[in-house]
Amino acid sequence: MNVVIIGCGRVGAFLAGLLDTAGDTVTIVDLDRTAFLHLPREFSGTTLLGDGTDLDVLRQAGAEQADTFLALTQGDNRNIMSAQIADKIFGIKKVIAKVNDPIRAYAYRQEGLGTFSRTSILATLLQALITGNTKLGPNLMAAATRHEAAMSGEDLPEPA
Amino acid sequence: MYFVIAGGGQVGFHLSKALLESGHEIMLIESDRRRAQWIEEQLGSIVINAPADEGRSQVEAGCGRADAVIAVTGDDAKNLVICQLAKYKCHAPRVIARVNNPKNEIVFKALGIDETVSSTRVLMAVIEQELPSGGFFPLMPLTGSHLELIEAEIAAATPAAGKDVRDLGLPDGSLIGGIVRAGKILHAHGDTALAVGDRVIVFAPTAAEAEVRKALFG
Repeated sequence: MNVVIIGCGRVGAFLAGLLDTAGDTVTIVDLDRTAFLHLPREFSGTTLLGDGTDLDVLRQAGAEQADTFLALTQGDNRNIMSAQIADKIFGIKKVIAKVNDPIRAYAYRQEGLGTFSRTSILATLLQALITGNTKLGPNLMAAATRHEAAMSGEDLPEPA
Repeated sequence: MYFVIAGGGQVGFHLSKALLESGHEIMLIESDRRRAQWIEEQLGSIVINAPADEGRSQVEAGCGRADAVIAVTGDDAKNLVICQLAKYKCHAPRVIARVNNPKNEIVFKALGIDETVSSTRVLMAVIEQELPSGGFFPLMPLTGSHLELIEAEIAAATPAAGKDVRDLGLPDGSLIGGIVRAGKILHAHGDTALAVGDRVIVFAPTAAEAEVRKALFG
């Protein structure tokens, strides 16, 4: 899978590491060179310095050949803009934008853009953990913990 | 008319002032509290101190009953979101976005925002018009249509020089609105021959801009 990720913060870098380990071809874009320090040392994908809302930068990142595109910067609006360019101009099949404002995330999802809000997802997960909702919480937490362990150089067994 | 203006920087402030002076009703949304307060002191109670890229502020500003919502912040992504939310949530009949990066004019069009104003492009057009070699200047989009106004100066050794208007081979749906020759305006009839140095005013579909250029310049 060819993946382009915009934003090399903690989430972008973590995901880039997961996908890279799984054998996907990853290009990650950020405006700030020091952001790439978030990447795991063994990351074998491509890093590109530039503005992820700029058509030429996206082209350079390989948006024309990408199957999957994620906009994960700290700016909701920038993510919305990048993701729409990926969807409407480059025709990328799977496009996801991080939009932390739940109202904006919902508005754009209604318009067909793949958005998720860290705010609503995290709050929903926490509520599930607190209230003992066994359907929603534990599976996600277990999977996240396995990823954390792998990043820390430990191997946790797959659940039975 | 009633306008909602998003962003109270230099552009937003002076636009608001000009619209008020020509008798329009406006509401300006500015997220910075001190700036909002300052504008209110200058222009009166026409300011909402809130983020313009949130649906709630747009509803409060009355985007639903505005004749147009105009996003003029210095941030292109923010202007895009302001205009899209005004369309999606408030069904604003008309949205206009300022674009700072001229490349984003095409992007905004592809994302459903037809009317954009790029200060960079306006300045470029002014500079290009001053150049002695003449040339081809898309002047402005025409409201509520997919048409634009183009000015072209007929240069020597181009396909258009000496040719009758009817033989230019302009794309369908385009029209020469007039010809400026030696400072005077001429009607463009089918048998009017274009001369080197004529400035031709063309109405054309935005999508056919390249064809117009080809017909006049080869």
